[in-house]
Amino acid sequence: MKPPKFEYHAPSTLDEVIALLVRYDGDAKVLAGGQSLVPLLNFRLARPAALVDLNRIKSLAYIQEHDGHVRFGAMTRQRTIEFSPVVARRLPLLREATRWVGHLPIRSRGTIGGSIAHADPSAEYPAVLTALGGEVVARGPKGERTLPPADLFETYLTTTLAADEVLTEVRLPAMPEGAGWAFEEFARRRGDFAIVGVAAAVWRDGSRVTARLATAGVGPVPTRLRACEEIVERDGLTDAAIDAAARRASELVEPDADIHASADYRRHLAGVLTARALTRARETARG
Amino acid sequence: MSDRWIGKSVKRVEDFRLLTGRGTYIDDHPPVANVHQAAIVRSRYAHGRILRYDVSKALAAEGVVAVITGEDVAKETKPFGVGVTAPVHYYCAATDKVRFVGEPVAVVVARDRYLAEDAAELVDVEIEPLPVVIDVEKALEPGAPVLHEKVGTNLAGHRRLVYGDPDRAFREAEVVLRERFRFPKYGSTPIETYGIIARWELDGVCTVWSNFMGPFIMHPLTARVLGLPENKLRFIVPPDIGGSFGIKSSIYPYIALIALAAKHAGVPVKWIEDRREHLLASSSGTDRVAYREVAAMKDGTVLGMRYKWLDNVGGYIRSPEPGCSFRPTGNFVGPYNFQHLEVDASVVMTNKSLTGPNRGYACGHLYFETEGMMDRLAAKLGLDPVEIRRRNLLQPDQFPYRTPTGGYYDSGDYPAALDKAVRIAKYDDLRREQAKARAEGRWVGIGVALAVDPSVSNMGYVATALDPQFRAKPEYLPKSGAVDSATVKVDPLGRVTAILGTTPQGQGHQTIVAQIVADELGLTPDDVTVVDEMDTFTRVWSISSGTYSSRFGSVGTSAVALAARKLRAKLVEYAAHLMERPASDVEFRDGAVRPRTGKGPSYSVKDLAGRAHWNTESLPDGMEPGLQATAVFGFTVAKAVDAEDRVNSSNTYGFIAEVMAVEVDRQTAAIKILKYVTVHDAGTIINPMIAEGQIYGGALHGLGGALYEELKYDDDGQLLTGTFMDYLVPTASEAPAEIEIDHVVSPSPLTPLGSKGLGESSSMTVPAVIANAVSDALVPLGLRITELPMTPSGLWELIRSAQRRP
Amino acid sequence: MADVRLTVNGVPREGRCEPRKLLVDFLREDLELTGTHVGCEHGICGACTVLVNGEAARACLMLAVQADGAEITTVEGLMKDGKLHPLQEAFREHHGLQCGFCTPGMLLTALDLLRTNPAPSEDEVREGLSAVLCRCTGYHGIVKAVRAAAATLAPPR
Repeated sequence: MKPPKFEYHAPSTLDEVIALLVRYDGDAKVLAGGQSLVPLLNFRLARPAALVDLNRIKSLAYIQEHDGHVRFGAMTRQRTIEFSPVVARRLPLLREATRWVGHLPIRSRGTIGGSIAHADPSAEYPAVLTALGGEVVARGPKGERTLPPADLFETYLTTTLAADEVLTEVRLPAMPEGAGWAFEEFARRRGDFAIVGVAAAVWRDGSRVTARLATAGVGPVPTRLRACEEIVERDGLTDAAIDAAARRASELVEPDADIHASADYRRHLAGVLTARALTRARETARG
Repeated sequence: MSDRWIGKSVKRVEDFRLLTGRGTYIDDHPPVANVHQAAIVRSRYAHGRILRYDVSKALAAEGVVAVITGEDVAKETKPFGVGVTAPVHYYCAATDKVRFVGEPVAVVVARDRYLAEDAAELVDVEIEPLPVVIDVEKALEPGAPVLHEKVGTNLAGHRRLVYGDPDRAFREAEVVLRERFRFPKYGSTPIETYGIIARWELDGVCTVWSNFMGPFIMHPLTARVLGLPENKLRFIVPPDIGGSFGIKSSIYPYIALIALAAKHAGVPVKWIEDRREHLLASSSGTDRVAYREVAAMKDGTVLGMRYKWLDNVGGYIRSPEPGCSFRPTGNFVGPYNFQHLEVDASVVMTNKSLTGPNRGYACGHLYFETEGMMDRLAAKLGLDPVEIRRRNLLQPDQFPYRTPTGGYYDSGDYPAALDKAVRIAKYDDLRREQAKARAEGRWVGIGVALAVDPSVSNMGYVATALDPQFRAKPEYLPKSGAVDSATVKVDPLGRVTAILGTTPQGQGHQTIVAQIVADELGLTPDDVTVVDEMDTFTRVWSISSGTYSSRFGSVGTSAVALAARKLRAKLVEYAAHLMERPASDVEFRDGAVRPRTGKGPSYSVKDLAGRAHWNTESLPDGMEPGLQATAVFGFTVAKAVDAEDRVNSSNTYGFIAEVMAVEVDRQTAAIKILKYVTVHDAGTIINPMIAEGQIYGGALHGLGGALYEELKYDDDGQLLTGTFMDYLVPTASEAPAEIEIDHVVSPSPLTPLGSKGLGESSSMTVPAVIANAVSDALVPLGLRITELPMTPSGLWELIRSAQRRP
Repeated sequence: MADVRLTVNGVPREGRCEPRKLLVDFLREDLELTGTHVGCEHGICGACTVLVNGEAARACLMLAVQADGAEITTVEGLMKDGKLHPLQEAFREHHGLQCGFCTPGMLLTALDLLRTNPAPSEDEVREGLSAVLCRCTGYHGIVKAVRAAAATLAPPR
């Protein structure tokens, strides 16, 4: 299990990255944290002509609060996010989800940009991005564009990013003060990709309830459960509304079967975890 | 001597090197000059005919020195002997057809592994795909694809073994129950994979370094395959092996393959198996379909049983299979008193990877079924699962006990061990808590499982696979034995070195041997250096040598104790001579030879060693110079299988009693272990810390098979769990946090120290105890577990269909 | 071919290899530090875990060239002045190893865990150690050892 031969580039600027991607015309792979790409290389399931390593671009690793948003440089390590005071204060849902990403030694290298660009529908970050309605910034030879998750995730392991585009930033709206949150995940082993995961955030503004819900592991892309959000936004965070939202979640999702779980089981879990996530989010919410 | 080292949790000698990264595993082996690396080309098809090889591109690739294919294998090697009479031609690589995904078809040798893998991709093997069969029952249906045309069927072997009068037992029974079980294919996946270095010497000797663990019967088998006299094939096993659990006994075909590649390449060749190769094509236990019947009286007395087994050995039958069916022959009846048994064992070949010993070899299967039947019988008769077992257990006054199948249970107190487990588990309280939980609608269950834990297989058991008529032929040579050896020597300064030929994989042999020798010679373990690097050219070994079948705790330790005692006797005789007394007047006490009574000089080991080595004139007439002794220990109860198929398949027999409580999550169907108690009787325990380490590890292997691990195939014979992302090895978070271990000690009368093996331990009971506990939890649904692994998704589907039943 | 200069266990080292060479192979083959073990080469078993700039990481999921300029700690670097590190001591005391093959990865993962969480609960220890697979011990002795080491390593109050 040794990687095939490839040319290796570790540029220090984004411009060089894009120039290289243009030059290889689809035959190059961007190397971020490498926690998904290097296994694929070792199995020889990926055989790019070249690797363009982003790890030497210092300017791609940052966490900044800006205008009600938190901006993450694509090369921000998951480990940095896990221990970031800004994230703990502004995006506690992301912090909790981070604990479910692999294991600490994986998070030491894994990055937020890499995880989202890899587009594994069982992964935690795409679900959080979807739940919170964040966006990503991509840069290519024609400049920058921002994409909401619905425009980014195409299907399993596939995004709409062009071969000469690179994801540079992830923007998440800061959660309001007093918001409650929960990331519920069911996997067969600790640290595995989710069989099903549910990201939830809720907050109250006077009598008005806002809810954010998205799933991982139940279909080719992370799914925002807008209809479930509407139930609790309409009826409040009552037990009955949570139950109704959970039932709706089971109806909404379109999971596939794999060797770890049947489609029906996933559908069922989507409901169970939606209820658990909303219940726990209600407990952590203030105001 | 006041303090004894045996029985103490002495810290391990091995730990210093292993904790500091100074171990010597096969891949760390000091470089052999000019060593090249091999990559193996493997079949992508589960079944197909090989039409053509083209190695020209691979040969031309950078750094490549040789490529061999199945053609070379067919020309230059012989097939391995197999344990059945069916003409299965098993070579070290595919020659005519491929029969499972991952089967070796060619080997590339290059300057390094990266280049070897590059070139392996360039080897072109044209294969015409053939229809595939992976299911044991489908493989025996008429019209099923046949893997081996010369055999004509996929049945590699079949035996119907009858003990007592089972038909009568079933006629006279007041209750008869039947069940069908499925046991999954899984392997212990040691974290260190297979590794080999092969080098041909100019004198025609082939030296092979590998993490092979025995049995060393595979050495002469491999020599024959390579066309070498046995004394021209040298096996060396490095001091450290990164786990095995039976799996590395099956490395030997690769030894032949890499040796052949090294011969062609003209350079030493190293091959380190990668994880993909390991999951695709190393070894695992069999998956089995079992039909069980039990005949009993209304009071719960079991009269007899019928076992019908279909064991899936994959594309070929590789020795020591069909041990999957016959390894537990002597303990087929487990801890129970019944006398009538019929075993109908079919060994079936399908397009899956090959099988072999895996921790608990065949016993996990056996007890999953038997203990499942005991619970069904208890439920049928309205008896508690503990009570039904008590009514059938062998009693202490029955030992030593000859089982109807020929086993010779050397010692035990089964009721005491069961009572202890029940007491520690607070079984009655558990039942009360369960009733309360059930009233609240929770799915809480309690399981019980018992097992006779066999150690030190008698090589003779394998012949149970052969018909008695075949075994009666004059040209047939009977087989039996379980032998190991050790040497103990004293240097001129009185320090001791013990030399073993064992192949430990983490069991702490050096530590344990130091404890034994220290006790026998009145020293401390620090005074004893233990060398255990197996080398077939320099060690005294037998074809049953090796560290498998829970051997060391029983046979290895015995050889060490006897060698030390032999040496001690010589020291006593020598000292008596120096004291000018008859040997009967002196004794070895507190590290020195002293007069039995009265005053007089005493001679310490150090003192005697100096004199004996430096002044041979001081030796009594006729005494051989030198202070060393070699002992070879063999069990006399290891006899060949008899004409009625009875065989004492192991040599010492321990006992396990377990109680487990679980809760099944009503929403996710996830299983949580609430309590787990395991009581073992392995005779004298030499090092409790090490013994309990074996139990913790064994239990998690059992749990892996019961809940997480499975080598799963699709209908095309493609492995679906070919990575560690899909083949789920339990982590620290899945391992039960609270395991309560206790012991009952019934010393074996057959070993000098009274010890038995316990390396396989709870790997053989956990599948049974957790299946019984989950079944008990699901009583409100009328469900019983018949298949493993119990995945959350699978269990949820099962529960849902039960809930939908009217 | 690429030059790789890095510091391993406090010692400057260098080598030259193909860009595709995995860090673990570079450590074992080029620097002859065979204490770091290869178990799965896809980031699941954790046997190859080392510290990269003080943080635990899989050496099978990094290219050697990526470690250029980095500070690496391997299992060989834990012993100081001929004495075992308290964590190593605890593994020995509590039978936290049998075959020893996962042990280097376990030790470095545990070290990182205790640095980020000096007083972990049993569940947190198990969660942290779930990054490394062990097939011998059932994790029992390892969990005990890490909890004991946490107590030893904790700064005095």
